[in-house]
Amino acid sequence: MLSRVASSLYWMSRYVERAENTARVLDVAWRMSLLVKEPALQDQEWFAPLNITGTLFPFSGRHSEVCAREVLHFMALDPENPSSIYACARQARENARSVRGTITSEMWEVLNSTWLEMQQMDEGRMEARGVSMFFDWVKERSHLFRGVTFGTMHRDDAYEFARLGTHMERADSTARILDVKYHILLPSVKDVGGAVDYYQWSAILRSVAAFEAYRKVYRDVITPLKLAELLIVRDDIPRSLRFCLRQVFETLGHVQNAQSGETVRLAGQILAALQYGRISEIFSTGLHEYLTEFLESMQGLSADIQRSFFSARTVE
Amino acid sequence: MARGAYYNEMFDAERAVRPHYAAFAEWLAETPPARIAQNRHAADLLFHRVGITFAVYGEASGTERLIPFDIVPHVIPGAQWEVLSRGLRQRVLALNRFLHDIYHGQEILHAGVIPAERVQRNAQFRREMVGVDVPGGVYAHIAGVDLVKHSDGEYYVLEDNLRTPSGVSYMLENRKMMMRLFPELFANQHIRPVDHYPDLLLETLRGMSQGSNDNPAIVLLTPGHHNSAYFEHAFLAQQMGIELVEGQDLFVLNNTVFMRTTQGPQKVDVIYRRIDDDFLDPLAFRPDSMLGVPGLLAAYRAGRVTLANAIGTGVADDKSMYPFVPEMIRFYLGEEPILKNVPTYLLAKAEDRDYVLAHLDELVVKEAQGSGGYGMLVGPTASRDERERYRQRILDSPERFIAQPTLSLSLVPTFCGDALADRHVDLRPYVLSGTECNLCPGGLTRVALREGSLVVNSSQGGGVKDTWVVD
Repeated sequence: MLSRVASSLYWMSRYVERAENTARVLDVAWRMSLLVKEPALQDQEWFAPLNITGTLFPFSGRHSEVCAREVLHFMALDPENPSSIYACARQARENARSVRGTITSEMWEVLNSTWLEMQQMDEGRMEARGVSMFFDWVKERSHLFRGVTFGTMHRDDAYEFARLGTHMERADSTARILDVKYHILLPSVKDVGGAVDYYQWSAILRSVAAFEAYRKVYRDVITPLKLAELLIVRDDIPRSLRFCLRQVFETLGHVQNAQSGETVRLAGQILAALQYGRISEIFSTGLHEYLTEFLESMQGLSADIQRSFFSARTVE
Repeated sequence: MARGAYYNEMFDAERAVRPHYAAFAEWLAETPPARIAQNRHAADLLFHRVGITFAVYGEASGTERLIPFDIVPHVIPGAQWEVLSRGLRQRVLALNRFLHDIYHGQEILHAGVIPAERVQRNAQFRREMVGVDVPGGVYAHIAGVDLVKHSDGEYYVLEDNLRTPSGVSYMLENRKMMMRLFPELFANQHIRPVDHYPDLLLETLRGMSQGSNDNPAIVLLTPGHHNSAYFEHAFLAQQMGIELVEGQDLFVLNNTVFMRTTQGPQKVDVIYRRIDDDFLDPLAFRPDSMLGVPGLLAAYRAGRVTLANAIGTGVADDKSMYPFVPEMIRFYLGEEPILKNVPTYLLAKAEDRDYVLAHLDELVVKEAQGSGGYGMLVGPTASRDERERYRQRILDSPERFIAQPTLSLSLVPTFCGDALADRHVDLRPYVLSGTECNLCPGGLTRVALREGSLVVNSSQGGGVKDTWVVD
């Protein structure tokens, strides 16, 4: 298939997934902000969404105060913020528009009507609807898009590139969400293991829709070690790093070409580390350091995918 | 061509329903207005959701609009269509012969039928094409011929579109919409189907491949998603199952055209291009074109790739060439033209110019090279001021303009608000020429939604209707 088309399909899926994950991150922050806490720590959880999406810098350039209202607007509705849900919906739709001949009409209709509805959205409407309802809507549109893709799309390379985008973005985003605890301070050391701590960890689990899975797998209280194990090395949790990387590796195997050897190798290497790594080792290095390194290797992989499949090439 | 009362497609002079509209009129009388209103609303929502939009030039970039769709069809009796369709085949065949001739022996010029300088000085005459043989001698594979029905009840050809005629996707989508909203209309009478158009087009393109391959690689070349007709490009590519490519997706090596794919370069045999000649190849035409493919002309001239339509067809659909089409039919085919031409004044000619300037309030004046209804003067409806400004433009460069009598485009009832009112329409059938000539019954009907307006272009407040050929 055309390199340009493959690239648009990949980015179309990435943006849908990104919108969903931003909604998930904001939802966690929102739920955490509802907890009672000391006035000094008021609003400190709103740094988390900015930190983990790497948008603290552009945010502070335009806003003086980090608070619920400002961050929600910036991350959900701000057309000028390229990683806002609004901008992701627009980008997903623009990419889809440029490959309308390749995706099914039903896929196009989902993204187009999402965008039309998104344009009607403003702060007033979001609040009237309830902030959590808005996040649910974003998640539902993403579920719908994935479902329609799964249910209608011809299983050719186009499908593979769309799938590749979904899992690349999801791996990236799960790693960032896991790192959220690093960015949120507990009120004090004595709170470790307390109600607030518990609430924060469970919010993370809920944000990646893995709360029930955790209960089923461990039948135990939530501990950081087990939570990290669930979301990093388990192979049966659809948003875990290992699960996503296995999908990426398999997909790359389907679309590989004469130039993609190094890309496939790198994906295999990241996957192998997840397959054979121990969670206790990860914790001895430090979870934050581990995740930072993981995100860097994902960036390398992303650049390699770009080079192997999407770059304009003439006859080699 | 005196201006008389307008011809109404649905009603005769006594306001009785014409026979070919009888079934529709009966349905309209029986159907509760609430259902019609509800379905008209549903049509709007569906078109929006499906994203059948067009971009409007001159407005903020990325502006997309819906073309208003009206549910009252333009109905044409089968017998009348047979005559029309013979006339269209004849006309397009003669135009293709003409194109072949002027890029080869130029017999029509030698015979003095058309003044030689009118062709050779025409900006659309492509010297690069002289002596180049194209497959089957076909230049205009896809032609869209604009027809209007005058008050005398006769069809006249308004213009021939031989470059990259658009609108066929609306013909297909309008039919789909009508069948979805009002299926009972199709059960009760025989309306000729149109949905095989993409198959006909694909067959036409396939037949023009010069490769030895039985399964030629065919692509549709679009300027990209900012183009006003992008929806149509994507739609047709999808319906035919061919790749929709942009200039950046193609490259030329050793006079062979390749597309860049995730599996490396793949050879291309036929390009259905929706980009104007000027932008096709920055090495041959406009060097600033970002839309084209460097080296494409050379590959084309070497016979390594087929372009549909061919390069240089614009010289035949130029408005200053239009008056000669009946002569072309007589010259190449030895037949009398079946379809009528509208009398046309060339403002480059002094006696025509004097007449036109004295009768500006009766005539339509347009640029010979213009399209889309931009920059034309409709004398009878223009203000005095507009006419005077246009007069100056004509005097500045008369050779750029032609003039025609104001045509009284026929009327079809159309929903305006919740009531029906008569509005002017034209008709664009699409003629496909390849190893054989094919056309879909009917075509695209455009309607001028403003009361009294004669301008049907979508960019100027026009809408569309389904077109039925009924037996």
